[in-house]
Amino acid sequence: MARIAGVDLPRNKRIEIALTYIFGVGDSRAREIIEAAGVDPDTRTQDLSEEDVSRLRGEIEQRFKVEGALRTEVSMNIKRLMDIGSYRGVRHRRGLPVRGQRTHTNARTHKGKKRAITGKKKPPRK
Amino acid sequence: MPRSVKKGPYIDEKLLLKIDGMNSRNEKKVIRTWARSSTISPDFVGHTIAVHNGNKFVPVYITENMVGHKLGEFSPTRLFRGHGGKLADKRSKVR
Repeated sequence: MARIAGVDLPRNKRIEIALTYIFGVGDSRAREIIEAAGVDPDTRTQDLSEEDVSRLRGEIEQRFKVEGALRTEVSMNIKRLMDIGSYRGVRHRRGLPVRGQRTHTNARTHKGKKRAITGKKKPPRK
Repeated sequence: MPRSVKKGPYIDEKLLLKIDGMNSRNEKKVIRTWARSSTISPDFVGHTIAVHNGNKFVPVYITENMVGHKLGEFSPTRLFRGHGGKLADKRSKVR
């Protein structure tokens, strides 16, 4: 059972892919870590030896901020923007897109699910 | 694409000159400026700068956290009063 940074890695996946289940490790970092640790990227998580796992774990702990620490950092960054009253902070507060996207339509990812507007008539179809 | 590092941050020269003057004389006065694109330099901290938003000057008190941002980020150019309904009508009449 490989447990790295407080996350259980999926057993049946190649380690290269399994590492990306950690928040803060994507494809590139996974590859980097594996290379630094000298592990074969094609081995499945369950076939890894204890040493391999501990080497991977050491590599991640030393070089990257992952999981909880990273999440805190991100939310602190957002909080800073909101506290200083910058435009980006205001957009975060309002739940609107921050990077200048259109809001006339779309923007559903940040705005969340559609809310019905009371008293709005559907345009007649013809 | 970000600005070339070689050039350093863009800081409005006239504004910096005024602030430097005020720093050396140890005084605090509100400065009006249109230089929304100017980066906030560490020298600005503690001053209040009135940044034009196209309509009027919005006073911005510069804190340490704001260093590195642009002045315009703190002076919104759009005013959204909401869509339709009685509530929105009332709000728009206030001003």
